[in-house]
Amino acid sequence: MAASSTTVSSAGPSRPAPNFLERLRGGDEAAYLITFIAAASILLITGMLVYELFVNSADARAKFGWAFLFTQTWDPVNDEFGALPFIYGTLVTSFLALLMGIPLGVGAAIFLAELAPPKISDALTFLIELLAAVPSVIYGLLGIFVLVPILRLVEPSLRSVLGWTPFFSGPFYGVSLFSAGVVLAVMIIPFIISISREVILAVPGDQREAALALGATRWETTWDVVVPFAKKGIMGSIFLALARALGETMAVTMVVGNDPKIKASLFAPGYSIAAVIANEFTEATGKLYTSALIELGLVLFALTIVINGVARLLVMGADKYKT
Amino acid sequence: MMKRMVTLAALLAALTTGVVSAQQILINAAGATFPYPMYSKWFDEYHKKFPKLQFNYQSIGSGGGIKQVTEGTVEFGASDGPMNDKQLQEFRDKHGYGILHFPTVMGADVPVYNVAGVSTDLNFTPEALAGIFLGKITKWNDPELVKANPGAKLPPADIIVVHRSDGSGTTYIWTDYLSKVSKEWEMKVGRGTSVNWPVGLGGKGNEGVSGQVQQTPNSIGYVELIYAVQNKMKTGKVKNLAGNWVQASLAGVTAAAASSKEMPDDFRVSITNAPGKDAYPISSFTWLLIPEKIADPTKKKAIKEFLTWMLADGQNMTEALAYARLPKAVVAKESKAIAKVQ
Amino acid sequence: MRDLHTLRRKTVNVVMLTITGLCTLFAAGTLVFILGYLFVHGGSSLTLDFFTKLPTPVGEPGGGMANAIVGSAKLLALAMVVGVPLGFLGGVYLAEFGGSTFSFVIRYVTDLLNGVPSIVIGIFAYTLIVLPQKHFSTLAGGLALGVMMIPIAVRSSEEFLRTIPNSLREGAVALGASKAKAILTVVIPAAKNGIMTGIMLNLARVAGETAPLLFTSFGNRFWSPGWEQPTSALPVMIFTYAISPYEDWHRQAWSAGFVLLTLVLAVNIFARAVLAKKKHVAR
Repeated sequence: MAASSTTVSSAGPSRPAPNFLERLRGGDEAAYLITFIAAASILLITGMLVYELFVNSADARAKFGWAFLFTQTWDPVNDEFGALPFIYGTLVTSFLALLMGIPLGVGAAIFLAELAPPKISDALTFLIELLAAVPSVIYGLLGIFVLVPILRLVEPSLRSVLGWTPFFSGPFYGVSLFSAGVVLAVMIIPFIISISREVILAVPGDQREAALALGATRWETTWDVVVPFAKKGIMGSIFLALARALGETMAVTMVVGNDPKIKASLFAPGYSIAAVIANEFTEATGKLYTSALIELGLVLFALTIVINGVARLLVMGADKYKT
Repeated sequence: MMKRMVTLAALLAALTTGVVSAQQILINAAGATFPYPMYSKWFDEYHKKFPKLQFNYQSIGSGGGIKQVTEGTVEFGASDGPMNDKQLQEFRDKHGYGILHFPTVMGADVPVYNVAGVSTDLNFTPEALAGIFLGKITKWNDPELVKANPGAKLPPADIIVVHRSDGSGTTYIWTDYLSKVSKEWEMKVGRGTSVNWPVGLGGKGNEGVSGQVQQTPNSIGYVELIYAVQNKMKTGKVKNLAGNWVQASLAGVTAAAASSKEMPDDFRVSITNAPGKDAYPISSFTWLLIPEKIADPTKKKAIKEFLTWMLADGQNMTEALAYARLPKAVVAKESKAIAKVQ
Repeated sequence: MRDLHTLRRKTVNVVMLTITGLCTLFAAGTLVFILGYLFVHGGSSLTLDFFTKLPTPVGEPGGGMANAIVGSAKLLALAMVVGVPLGFLGGVYLAEFGGSTFSFVIRYVTDLLNGVPSIVIGIFAYTLIVLPQKHFSTLAGGLALGVMMIPIAVRSSEEFLRTIPNSLREGAVALGASKAKAILTVVIPAAKNGIMTGIMLNLARVAGETAPLLFTSFGNRFWSPGWEQPTSALPVMIFTYAISPYEDWHRQAWSAGFVLLTLVLAVNIFARAVLAKKKHVAR
């Protein structure tokens, strides 16, 4: 309901474009300058952030070089620092989260976009998008007191089915890589659903109609025709969810076990980059220790940049009706 | 509507900004979780006595206390692992003056455990504790443990070790003790506020470790005595150097201090594995880390007066929280040392 | 033969409908579960003390989180002051003034900033503000949260401004307004709803952030006057209390979690309802 659709003739300007003085008086230059400065400040802040990260991690980078990424030891007593256990933990928990989150998320997105009646779809989507707003620390709270005890009950059954693999062997502590993976999965599902649903909705209707006209069932239309169309966007949503999972701090540190070791079993405790920084930053005595933690921050930052970049490329092309 | 919101916001800002700050003196401190229950009680009582003074103590671990006082982001720190020479030098290099240790109380690191079916106090030999934390003793019904606990029904379950994930004086005390009783531990791991643990989960602070042990069946951790007491957790008896099974208590800690060597002038001393017959072997002093020079005269006065109060009235409150009071000789020596804070 | 094949296809159809439906139910049900659990454990034991009292010494039951609530409010207020103007004006630039290369750079960098993990922003604020100032402060915490608000403020402002049809802009200019005046008096007011709700959603998101506060606002047992002192904050208290062994602290953590979640969800629901209404109204 457009308010005033004035019939302004767009046949051409009715007066000459304003000159510099007129622009200045009208505040155009000022407006441009102010907004430009604001935009430039954002550049400045980001630049400072990268700069600080770089400069303050210089000691560690100089001492360890690229080997930092492949060293397993984290020994503050002897000033030996390696990022591998944390990279491992970050990747494993995020991967687990994706493994559990993608089927659930994409499945739900398909249901909401294609198979559900519109009113139900809208209502459920609204609920699910609210999940994305739940703070990390609350997921952590529920993780400690609800999820971990439940997992302790579930563990024997898991072990009996999958115990022959190295991934589900060894003692189960409750707090573990597995628990962190599950919490992360719940946290990223709303993102996958939200974006995938929009992407699927954006697929042109004639594709669906053509398939249905040829006698396909609704599922066949969805799975064989619509979803392939939306594939890029769905992949993009997965990458975005991954980027989010990589940086999660509180929920992970509350349920991951905080042990900087690399073990095959998912039942073992682990550590993530964000979690170790949160736990050890305020007390890292000595320049090298602090520097190593900041270098870890740099590694995490680099990782999320790459993943986010890929995600943007995928989502940008596929999603034209973003609100 | 907008105008009303703006005035409301301005009012709120005015309320929260400057108005109160003119009268209150806020002194920030951070560090050890080991004595946190004691410090939080002391600072609370002191605030009741002097409402204008607020000592804001954040328990972030001894490592954090050392780091933040060195960085200068807090007025003083607290640690149960005394600063080593390297850390002392770092402080001196950064500020141009030194930092002093002031013992406050003595406490005990106790092994806390949560074993299904075991409701009695378990006995732990030094070898057992070293073995468990080295990851060599992995089951509760290991012969070493069964030998020391003939009556207990130890299950054949895996032992889940819980240690500190943050830089901790409690860890320093524990690893200091293990280094003294186990050559293997000393070589493999050593002592420190943050070590390379062979096994186990990490909990944040004494709070986190006790919380973790509480939540995890068949686990064992080490915490300061009061955390076990306040949460009604099982603590074990440890065999001391004289060969007796001692449960952590005020008496045991006091005996440990009594049988230890002379208190040095800088107050940095270790009383673990003390020789006395009733000594609890994993006892320790805990210290406040006070810089030699404090710039703000009001804060300096406040801190020095607190220290004086702490050595007198404060000591009368320790026993209620299961911390042992400082020996008289130490109190006397310390009272003189307060003058060193300029 | 053909009938069997069709039957199989129809079965698959129904089965997949059910499975995906179950996935959805799981996702939606999780939220209901979270809310319900927090209410039962936190909401039901919520007392007035929680909102009015300061924390008691360790191990003594009782006390509340009054200072944490006020602390969080102050942090968010500061975050808004830092993040919203920069973000909004940046969005205005991108929507109204931008040239192509510089705009591309701004968008790219904003996206970059958006991807920075919150703990890294905490490190940034620590090295930039806490260390030089030599103390923890509400200022450092608020700035950290403000920096987190910027990218989303930019993106949502730009998007909402772009939804305003050009005809309004052209109309204003044709009536003699300068570009700036057109933006200020016509375009922005038209996008007002969207922008305000964007701000609210943004605030709700940083309200729950804990990691950047760990080494900026730090923590405070008492009230924190002004902006230069460390302050307690709700999410940090939840973390500290949740990992502790004290039953009373656990109870308080649940209460705090319930209060925080209710506020965050209330803002989200309100904002989305306003946006949805707008979607139907605007053309």
